[in-house]
Amino acid sequence: MKPMRPETEADLAKLVAGLENPVRIVGGGTRGIAGPYAEIETGALRGITLYEPGALTLVARAGTPLAEITATLEAEGQHLAFEPMDHRGLLGTQGEPTIGGVVAANISGPRRIQAGACRDFLLGVRYVDGRGQVIKNGGRVMKNVTGYDLVKLMGGSWGTLGVLTEVSLKVLPKPERVATLSVGVRDAGTAVRVLSTALRSPFEVTGAAYDPDAGKALLRVEGFAGSVAYRTGRLTAELSRFGEITEEAGADTLWAGIRDAHPFHGQDGDVWRLSVKPGDAAEVSARAEADQLLFDWGGGLVWLRVPKGTDLRARLGVFSGHATVVRADAETVARLGRFQPETAAVSTLTNGLRAKFDPRGLFNLGLMG
Amino acid sequence: MEMPKPSPDVLSRKSALVARLSRVLPEEAIIHDPAETRAYECDALTAYRCPPMLAVLPSSTQQVSDVLRICHDENVPVVPRGAGTSLAGGALPTADCVILGVARMNEVLEIDYDNRFIRVQTGRTNLSVTGAVEEEDFFYAPDPSSQLACAIAGNIAMNSGGAHCLKYGVTTNNLLGVTMVMMDGSVVEIGGAHLDAPGLDLLGVICGSEGQLGVVTEATLRILRKPEGARPVLMGFNDNEVAGQCVSDIIKSGILPVAIEFMDTLCIRACENFAHAGYPDCHALLIVEVEGSDAEIDYQLSKIIEIAKRHDPVELRESQSAEESAKIWLGRKSAFGAMGQLNDYMCLDGTIPVSALPTVLRRIGELSEEFGLPVGNVFHAGDGNMHPLILFDANKPGDLENCEAFGAEILKLCVDEGGCLTGEHGVGIEKRDLMAHQYSPADLDAQMAVKDVFDPKWLLNAAKVFPLDVSEPRRMAAE
Ligand SMILES: Cc1cc2nc3c(=O)[nH]c(=O)nc-3n(C[C@H](O)[C@H](O)[C@H](O)COP(=O)(O)OP(=O)(O)OC[C@H]3O[C@@H](n4cnc5c(N)ncnc54)[C@H](O)[C@@H]3O)c2cc1C
Ligand SMILES: Cc1cc2nc3c(=O)[nH]c(=O)nc-3n(C[C@H](O)[C@H](O)[C@H](O)COP(=O)(O)OP(=O)(O)OC[C@H]3O[C@@H](n4cnc5c(N)ncnc54)[C@H](O)[C@@H]3O)c2cc1C
Repeated sequence: MKPMRPETEADLAKLVAGLENPVRIVGGGTRGIAGPYAEIETGALRGITLYEPGALTLVARAGTPLAEITATLEAEGQHLAFEPMDHRGLLGTQGEPTIGGVVAANISGPRRIQAGACRDFLLGVRYVDGRGQVIKNGGRVMKNVTGYDLVKLMGGSWGTLGVLTEVSLKVLPKPERVATLSVGVRDAGTAVRVLSTALRSPFEVTGAAYDPDAGKALLRVEGFAGSVAYRTGRLTAELSRFGEITEEAGADTLWAGIRDAHPFHGQDGDVWRLSVKPGDAAEVSARAEADQLLFDWGGGLVWLRVPKGTDLRARLGVFSGHATVVRADAETVARLGRFQPETAAVSTLTNGLRAKFDPRGLFNLGLMG
Repeated sequence: MEMPKPSPDVLSRKSALVARLSRVLPEEAIIHDPAETRAYECDALTAYRCPPMLAVLPSSTQQVSDVLRICHDENVPVVPRGAGTSLAGGALPTADCVILGVARMNEVLEIDYDNRFIRVQTGRTNLSVTGAVEEEDFFYAPDPSSQLACAIAGNIAMNSGGAHCLKYGVTTNNLLGVTMVMMDGSVVEIGGAHLDAPGLDLLGVICGSEGQLGVVTEATLRILRKPEGARPVLMGFNDNEVAGQCVSDIIKSGILPVAIEFMDTLCIRACENFAHAGYPDCHALLIVEVEGSDAEIDYQLSKIIEIAKRHDPVELRESQSAEESAKIWLGRKSAFGAMGQLNDYMCLDGTIPVSALPTVLRRIGELSEEFGLPVGNVFHAGDGNMHPLILFDANKPGDLENCEAFGAEILKLCVDEGGCLTGEHGVGIEKRDLMAHQYSPADLDAQMAVKDVFDPKWLLNAAKVFPLDVSEPRRMAAE
């Protein structure tokens, strides 16, 4: 079936109002998940509608390629500070990620621990709900408590509440210089202690990762050149008791690799993301008996690779946090559920909200529960 | 201000309700004597008062749950209350309501420096959260000027901000999890010490929901290590537009100050007379603060000063000492007090895109002439959050109404220029009737649908946020 590709927000609204069967919402048109559903592509809803570097704000239609936004910001020395990951290498998919897809999945990279998640930079949304109505919430200003914050609710809703048509984002200056310190460590427990020590310092670490295969705890420091030199010096002094410290070259490539889980690319098996309290990371991830691990967010995010079809949640048992399937075949995703099951109390609320926003059950059925 | 008519039926069942509540609460936690309920008749929007039918002061999540279950069962409206410092009338009672105050729930439950969070009961005051972690040089970032008094409960309900949110964000960006009691008494845990939700971001919509979705009893908050130091520079300009351009140029240069505060002539003079901070007599004053080590501060301030010099400042003063920094901030921090010396005032809270600053200030000046009331402006310039302070005389008949009409015009102007009605104080009753200016009926319906899910009977703080005529069908249907 040919995907539907509305040209304007109004067309999209009309289309949704007339839908009789459930649909999948597709951003970049790159999805690998097959399904019985017709597709609505957002790619034609494209373009940056406002960019004010002096106010740190950008507004774009949801189908705008992420690459276009990155390039526009780059020209003014700014960027999306939450560092959305590029899933293509990990998933072996192609095409252009869209800003709508990034927002819908609340995708944030290593800077999450210091700058915040995608949802923290989301200032406003426009979307089409399940009745085919155009709704707006929030706006283009940084401080806004006017009414309920549906902006947060739409961010990370994976297209299950509505089709985003436009998003406003807070942007930030791109740092002048980036440096990476690497601390040689032998085990995950020590690695997390190194990362926590750094994150407890006043030196504004913006990346804190651990690659067990390389035996390295990695710390990123960003800012003006003089300030970066000063802070890396202070951190080196504080951390030398843990192991040998070196400065790594090629910071941009290195952190893009962590953001995209690069060590997992081209490796067989299922890939999961675990969100935990950093201090629990070593112990909880050990229960997984994973083939490969990668820690980000000071230990708060653990990437795991396990044999195909593994029920990772069963291996982990009870822990505080959640585990998400990122790469697995459709059968596994269907059997285990992409997201950690919710408690009954939370599930009552989320099902209630879905029934209100999408009363006819049209959008991305089964994707979130 | 119109409020829903109290229900005679509910009022007639007062003593039965007290009897039921006294089975789950100690005697002294139930306040029903009209002489004592008066203490809860208003919040910091003191122009509007109404004593509640009852006030209860539970001391645990279990007690909150018991109270709500009973009120739900009895169809009695409930208004949650923290410290009562809302400027929007968020905690204003109705005559037939139970005020549920969380002030007695002020314990620290857990501090974890390695994982950088603190868990508290929400009756705890904002400043005492920082107080609890200061010994390890940590702090809780959102810093409303009311931080000595206001509670985390109210901060979460209003998604409160502060002077340093350009760098650190507002409450929602620093809130990791909550324990919340639903109107039917059930308890939900949302979020925790880990990051991000597995499913829908319920925490995001709870924060800023003005006490309408549930009663938040515990919160997990992100704590941060204090920077090594901070220092402000003060600059004066003879033109608002130029000051606005200077702010934009600083931001474009790649520096992210922790605070950029703006004041206009009326405020500068009032603050100077009040606090003797040594402010220059000029049209626009900026205080720009940066953080870091001494050398890092020197570097950033030198860049900022270089930019400011391009805009012909009439004054440029880099603080040379802690005393001087305190003095520079003293004037700004006493702005409300200083204006209060001149007359009664009403504090507005709209946000505008920073680029609209000159247009908005010009138009506010014109409106001030039209309404015949003076207005001073203090402003978080980095993020466009304005605080116009309109001076009026509460004892002069008609002055309050005139002032409110003037305020409404300013807020509509903020919306028309691409901004919003409220940047940090919340809608409450104060901006309720202006919501239709910012949002379409469908937009408001989408928000109210959230309340339908969390509080199907519309018993929690139901007369707030949405224009009464817009929420009426839902409130009536639920009765
Ligand atoms: C965490 C994660 C796990 C994945 N797992 C698999 C997998 O197991 N197998 C596989 O083949 N592929 C997987 N994918 C890939 C994904 O399905 C797509 O192939 C890829 O992300 C690009 O998809 P897209 O172009 O459809 O949408 P994207 O633009 O990437 O969209 C991502 C999500 O957002 C929604 N969305 C996009 N645009 C909008 C909008 N405007 N409004 C509302 N919702 C919108 C989509 O419906 C989808 O749920 C995964 C992606 C992610 C982020
Ligand atoms: C002098 C002064 C300066 C101020 N400066 C600032 C400032 O800089 N920035 C800023 O953002 N605000 C400021 N405010 C406004 C006010 O302090 C904030 O809105 C504050 O967060 C209110 O907290 P509170 O505990 O006093 O809440 P209250 O006034 O008691 O209640 C506020 C709202 O929260 C709800 N609520 C209370 N407790 C709960 C609960 N447990 N669960 C659910 N809902 C609940 C209430 O129903 C009400 O809607 C200022 C106020 C004053 C008087």
